[in-house]
Amino acid sequence: MTRLPYDGVVLTAPVSVPYERYTNESAHWWIARALREALKKASVTPQELDGLSVSSFTLAPDTPVGLTQHFGISPRWLDTVPMGGASGVAAMRRAARAVQCGDVDVVACVAGDTNRIDSFRNLLSAFSRFSMDATFPYGFGGPNASFALLQDAYCHTYGATREDFGKIAVSQRANALHNPHAIMKKPLSLAQYMAGRMISDPISLFDCVMPCAGSEAFVMMREEMAVAKGLPYARISATIERTNAFPDDPMQLRGGWVVDIEELWDMAGHGPDAIDVLQTYDDYPVICMMQFEDLGFCAKGEGAEFVRRHDLTIGGGFPHNTSGGQLSVGQAGAAGGYLGLVEAIRQVTCTAGPTQVEGAKRAAVSGFGVINYDRGLCSAAAVIEGVNR
Amino acid sequence: MTTPLTLPPKKDPQKRTKVPVLPPVARSRAALGLGVMAAQGRFGLQVCSECAAIQYPPRDACVKCMSEDLAWQDVDPTGKVMAETTIRVSPEPYFRERMPWRMGAVQLAVGPTLNCHLHGEIGRGDAVRMALKLDKAGQGVLIALPLKGSDVMQDDPVLRAMSCDPKHRRILISDARAPMALALTQAMLSAGAAHVFLGEPEAWLSWPERAELEGMENVSIMPLDVTDVSSVAKLAAEIGGKVDILINTASYVRVGGIMDNDTSFASNSFEVNALGLMRLAQGFGRAMSGRVQDGINSAAAFVNILSVRALSPDANYGAFGASQAAARSISQSLRAEFQSSGMRMMNVYIGPIEGDAWFQPLPPPKVTPNAIARSVVSGLVDGLEEVTCGDIARDVYARWQADALLLEREMTGGGS
Amino acid sequence: MRDVIANVAEALAEGSARIVDLTHTLDPDFPVIILPPEFGQCARFRMEEVSAYDHRGPAWKWHKLTLNEHTGTHFDAPSHWVSGKDVPNGDVDEIDPSVFVGPVVVIDCSAGAAEDVDFELTPDVILAWEAEHGEIPADAWVLMRTDWSKRSGAQYLNMAEDGPHSPGPTPDAIRLLLERDIRGFGTETVGTDAGQGSHYVPPYPAHYLLHGAGKFGLQCLCNLDQLPAIGALLIAPPLKIKGGTGSPTRVLAMVNT
Repeated sequence: MTRLPYDGVVLTAPVSVPYERYTNESAHWWIARALREALKKASVTPQELDGLSVSSFTLAPDTPVGLTQHFGISPRWLDTVPMGGASGVAAMRRAARAVQCGDVDVVACVAGDTNRIDSFRNLLSAFSRFSMDATFPYGFGGPNASFALLQDAYCHTYGATREDFGKIAVSQRANALHNPHAIMKKPLSLAQYMAGRMISDPISLFDCVMPCAGSEAFVMMREEMAVAKGLPYARISATIERTNAFPDDPMQLRGGWVVDIEELWDMAGHGPDAIDVLQTYDDYPVICMMQFEDLGFCAKGEGAEFVRRHDLTIGGGFPHNTSGGQLSVGQAGAAGGYLGLVEAIRQVTCTAGPTQVEGAKRAAVSGFGVINYDRGLCSAAAVIEGVNR
Repeated sequence: MTTPLTLPPKKDPQKRTKVPVLPPVARSRAALGLGVMAAQGRFGLQVCSECAAIQYPPRDACVKCMSEDLAWQDVDPTGKVMAETTIRVSPEPYFRERMPWRMGAVQLAVGPTLNCHLHGEIGRGDAVRMALKLDKAGQGVLIALPLKGSDVMQDDPVLRAMSCDPKHRRILISDARAPMALALTQAMLSAGAAHVFLGEPEAWLSWPERAELEGMENVSIMPLDVTDVSSVAKLAAEIGGKVDILINTASYVRVGGIMDNDTSFASNSFEVNALGLMRLAQGFGRAMSGRVQDGINSAAAFVNILSVRALSPDANYGAFGASQAAARSISQSLRAEFQSSGMRMMNVYIGPIEGDAWFQPLPPPKVTPNAIARSVVSGLVDGLEEVTCGDIARDVYARWQADALLLEREMTGGGS
Repeated sequence: MRDVIANVAEALAEGSARIVDLTHTLDPDFPVIILPPEFGQCARFRMEEVSAYDHRGPAWKWHKLTLNEHTGTHFDAPSHWVSGKDVPNGDVDEIDPSVFVGPVVVIDCSAGAAEDVDFELTPDVILAWEAEHGEIPADAWVLMRTDWSKRSGAQYLNMAEDGPHSPGPTPDAIRLLLERDIRGFGTETVGTDAGQGSHYVPPYPAHYLLHGAGKFGLQCLCNLDQLPAIGALLIAPPLKIKGGTGSPTRVLAMVNT
């Protein structure tokens, strides 16, 4: 069956609330900030808002249901997307169909998390049943240890080196220096990356994101409403999603995108070469490299060579994670699953400001998330195109 | 290569004793099955009864056909290390105190990929033998071991933390007069124990075997009567801080069922076999619990030698069997009470002992004191909780695990 | 009328008479008689705190005791032995209490016991004592002094592969004492009979013959070396246990200083 195009529904009002390392505020507080700002930007009142999609790890004991009474809104469409780093694309593709079908007019998609001193350890210890049973008892290294195993296997299979991963991190840091809200403010050289202390061999200090509090949001509506409000907006060319792909792979050397990637480019009507900006999910540089391969920008096993051959900075030939990515901006829980999509919307609507890639019209966004036991289970990808340039 | 353990220096009396912290404790119900296997020294996983798929991590429905009919079975432990990492940062206090910590991904020959601890002598690319061991939280965890390790492989710190190895440790055997006491003493010393204390009840009643224990190097005979609370307290006050492994060998046996046996004998059985254990735990338990992470010669385990008839009594030993069941129940409660410190409670189940007058007319097979001693040592080295020694104990325990009610009828109704 | 009680009280107060304690301290390490393992055994003395000015009882301290009627320094009643089972008033609660206080003679066998752990009290030894001190008076207690109470640990029971070895009376010695119509017989060892007493005919003659004749026994005594051969007063009241065959007893003697 051929999939329906995403005609008539658009993305507006990309909002990133500046992250903070530690906060006393709740996830509710952070989500409210992003939501309010996004509604203002979209010229939508809380009364006009009739759809809400929320992603958060730290809302407990609430679910998004509690947020409706908390914020005083009455949506006729409410979604929870627990897909971690894939939440942005997943939330978008669900909301898009509901708007297209007329089930809802305006959907605010928001992700936000708090970060208190003990938040990270508490989050990890109750992250998933399989992690509790079969990962954390073995050194409690968290995702750093799990991805270290992945990188160890990846490097020994395909020959990527630390320098290759370092180039990804260094390039993102260079991009982040243009982003006033990035948590990391100092330049990073390859020598500094290589000298970074080991966290969980071979994952080193500058391979790791900094857990933060923060929130991100965007608003989806019918195209004619966006036009009427005079908003810059982006159209959705294609999306894919897959959870628990390749369960029989002994180690995760490829993500779920591989299963459906042809469908993505088919639906978009073009190939990877037509992309102006790429936002990958960067919990670790090795996962960025995996996405270069699995999204089709290069062949499997050639990710290292691809990185060596391309300039990943804003002004370079292959702009990648243009706001600095989570590696330089910080990881605000589930908001990390929105970071790339929100930046991509800014890029293709020419509203990215200091991180703007000149002439960016088409962006690819990739999400990856929820490390359950020994691999990231959720993967998603989207191609969006800007209008009102 | 494993660095051999060296004899620990004397403890600095000015320093606070390290308080035991535990690795992660929480597990789902299905994952507790790993602990059941580890406690017995078995390597087993869930196997689907409908499609034979082997499951890991433990779960509630088959990963291939979604059947809920999953049974725990022994499984081939061979595998290959696919990847390894050295963790250097952790928010969890237990691992934080023991950085760096190696962790690996091993693919079993039978399929599943396991995240596991790594023995120091193996790494990426090596063929390994997987084992399930009880960690300090008392949970069953996976460790990849070399197919053929060095002579000192037990000294690997990760492995030693999951073991109650007598090497360099000080042992207290509660009753020097027990049939296996001498063999146990010799076995402990051969296994590298630093010292063996032997508790001697009723020194006013001489016994010829004492001569052989007197004058043995690194052996001390101390007064101890498990039926006398002041005796236990007195010895605990003197050596309680130096006991790393306590082996309770005190046992009172008299022949007789329930209707024909004297309650006076039964009372003695309970006093020695059940309440004796309780007094030892009260006297020595807290001090030992406080020292479970006190260096190389840390406190490690309580050991009971129980008749396998604790599980289902022999009609000719009714009161004795009841006292063994009571002792077993007490040991289970103690196991729970020790959980917060990481101290092991190991039960070694035996059948009738060769040479024991109270089982003299019974036919073979019987278990020898040397066999018991060997089982205690290997059980401690492997860090087990449930050990069976000898043919009878192995047989009865297996039948009890399979169907306890059927075992009861076999014992009385004579299945042929 | 003579006020003998007042005289005795005055004598004790001014020190012309004194009390000698013939009782071993009851503690968990004190040996008890050991019988063949198929038989019921004499419970050892055990003591457990019920409370000690703590949460179990804030203002008081007390203990639960476990022991046999025949643990430690103790009194044997006629009903203790099969030969005495039909003796009237043979249980401790039925014995006329006036017999708990009375004259006592001490036969010193300490030299003999020092040479021979199986030293026997024989009629000859008794007659030799009578030659020196006069005939044993009727209804007196007779105590066999061996200084055995100075032994401790394994030496006290003195258990060898063929059983215990400690001094005691022969059957004929008991018969002679019964001819003298003594009130009861006492020793410093764990029993009134010799350690090897089972080999006599009848076995355990002190128990068999004494209790069969309605006489009493005392064992695990000490400090007999502080008593004169004659002239002391023995005080040995057992607990008033219903149907009891004996009990641990505080055995005292009153002597002229």
